[in-house]
Amino acid sequence: MIIPLEHLLIFGTVLFAVGIYGALVRRNIIGVLISIELILNAVNVNLVAFSRTTSLSPEAGQIFAIFVITLAAAGAAVGLAIVLALYRVRKTILTDEVTLLKW
Amino acid sequence: MLDQIFVILKQSVVSLAEKFFPEWTVPFVSVLVSIGAIAAFGPVTMMYLTLLERKVIGRMQNRFGPNRVGKYGLLQPLADGVKMLTKEDIVPIHADKVVHFLAPILIVIPALLVFAVIPFGRKMTAVDLNVGLLFFIAISSTTTIAIFMASWGSRNKFSLLGGMRSVAQMISYEVPMVFSVVPVILMTSSLSTNTIVEAQGGWFGLDWFVFRPWGFLGFVIFFLCGVAECNRSPFDLPEAESEIVAGFHTEYSGMKFALFYMAEFMNSFTISGLAVTLFLGGWQGPILPSWLWFLIKSYALIFVMIWFRGTLPRLRVDQLMGLAWKFFLPLTLVNILVTGFWYFTNLPVRVIGSVVILGGAFWILTKLNQVYMPEKRVYSFAE
Amino acid sequence: MFPLLTKIMIYVIMALSVFAALATISCKNLFHSALALIAVLLGVAGIFIFLQAEFLAMVQILIYVGAVMTLVIFTIMLTERIGDKQISQNNHQSLLAASILLALLFFMIRLILGVAWPVNESTLSAHVGTEELAKALLGTYVFPFEVISVVLIAALIGAIVIARKDNS
Repeated sequence: MIIPLEHLLIFGTVLFAVGIYGALVRRNIIGVLISIELILNAVNVNLVAFSRTTSLSPEAGQIFAIFVITLAAAGAAVGLAIVLALYRVRKTILTDEVTLLKW
Repeated sequence: MLDQIFVILKQSVVSLAEKFFPEWTVPFVSVLVSIGAIAAFGPVTMMYLTLLERKVIGRMQNRFGPNRVGKYGLLQPLADGVKMLTKEDIVPIHADKVVHFLAPILIVIPALLVFAVIPFGRKMTAVDLNVGLLFFIAISSTTTIAIFMASWGSRNKFSLLGGMRSVAQMISYEVPMVFSVVPVILMTSSLSTNTIVEAQGGWFGLDWFVFRPWGFLGFVIFFLCGVAECNRSPFDLPEAESEIVAGFHTEYSGMKFALFYMAEFMNSFTISGLAVTLFLGGWQGPILPSWLWFLIKSYALIFVMIWFRGTLPRLRVDQLMGLAWKFFLPLTLVNILVTGFWYFTNLPVRVIGSVVILGGAFWILTKLNQVYMPEKRVYSFAE
Repeated sequence: MFPLLTKIMIYVIMALSVFAALATISCKNLFHSALALIAVLLGVAGIFIFLQAEFLAMVQILIYVGAVMTLVIFTIMLTERIGDKQISQNNHQSLLAASILLALLFFMIRLILGVAWPVNESTLSAHVGTEELAKALLGTYVFPFEVISVVLIAALIGAIVIARKDNS
């Protein structure tokens, strides 16, 4: 392996942490969705790194990564449809202003 | 020998470099020669394609094209280049400067990158990837992002509208384009463009995929979807001058506009090159050298594209989207079915069966997509 | 020469991806965030190519950059309010989240560097090309493959129904 496995895993973890920070902190709903895509990419890097080095069935990691990509696309589609419907009703996309369900 | 002339030239340059430079630079020199050849061929092709288009359209409209600059107008592209370079570069005041600047660059990069997987001749592919076809599809789908950047960065309502229409058109036509390529992948069980061309080599190099029913339909759909991907007529609503000023490249002038123009022509060359590779047998052919066959076939397809521009009127946006989703997509799915049928049955049955199934599907889809025409009025004059 | 160059390229791509990820979460302009995310996606595709997963890299570029980001940018364009430049993009939890996540990162990196990962040679030299992926997808993993097509149809219909204009 050209670079040690640990470096790839650290890269995945850093992307994951940045993604979670974005998902917790961004005020814009689309910003939260973008950060969730970042989290899913970090997971994919992890899956493929393991499937190349320590896995006993080398194609399983890549198959799971394909499924993660597909589900991320489906999730993004539904999430963005919800954002569009919300914008049409409330005319806002900031998470601070959509607080109707809070007590 | 004439067939391999470019390969021999490249090998002689590389062995010349081996004598003078240290040994570890030789792969770099080899790559640089390939890149240099593509970078020389691409823009020169584009320049002479613009001239070819203007002259051919001129002839179709019963007039000469440009014929004043140089004999037969052959120096016209140089004059165009000088004009584009010396124009003032205007950036709108409220434009997003970084996005506005990066968009023309990001639209030329995919157009140039896909030259790497096109087989120009026998053993003349720049990079023989084993996922070459998927590389082409993936890279050409990133053009939509650059069009978004161009339309959004200009802060102009016409640009935004043109950009969104153009992106909607491009992503709608990608789906039938990818599906129409699947029969070729199924029959050659490989994604590498070199292998696909070599699989069309029987009958003295005339056993092309276009002579089979699934190949013929696949070729027609791939070529039409490719024409739509390049935003050329009759699918050029996003950049038609009479409709929407100039669509997403309204606010660009000078060299940036030249980059957009160059990307469109290089895209049309690449789509023709890929249609030739996948369906028309690539560089296969009886007598002439392989690269000459490739150039003849691809320029024939480019001539057909220019012919479309000179002849057909523009499609409306709902007709355009209806064509992609309601007509081409079901037809490509039936095409894949027919390919499976072709693979598993024998000679007399399979030709008749595939033609019947494809013809039936075409007829059903045409009937289903018919526009409601009210019956003709009968005028009766008051007496 | 080539291993050294490959190593340098991998580290550069990883550094640029992390930099672009930091730009994604901290840009005020949402469109610039989306463009930085595209840079991260291309960087991750580059890492996949170095791990000899070319099919996955091309699929990532085709689906993520070509389709998902197009969708995200369409939605940004349809819901953008131009006067929002002065509003801060981070809410009141930013300091707490940053400190907790830095602690998480520190502990994860210590954990990763401390484990002896069982790297085996046969996996390192296994060739996973398109053919092996296809055999696995239609062989061992055929049930998730069929289920995911149903999921995609459900997501497609759901997105269209939710985002449809009410014409009643």
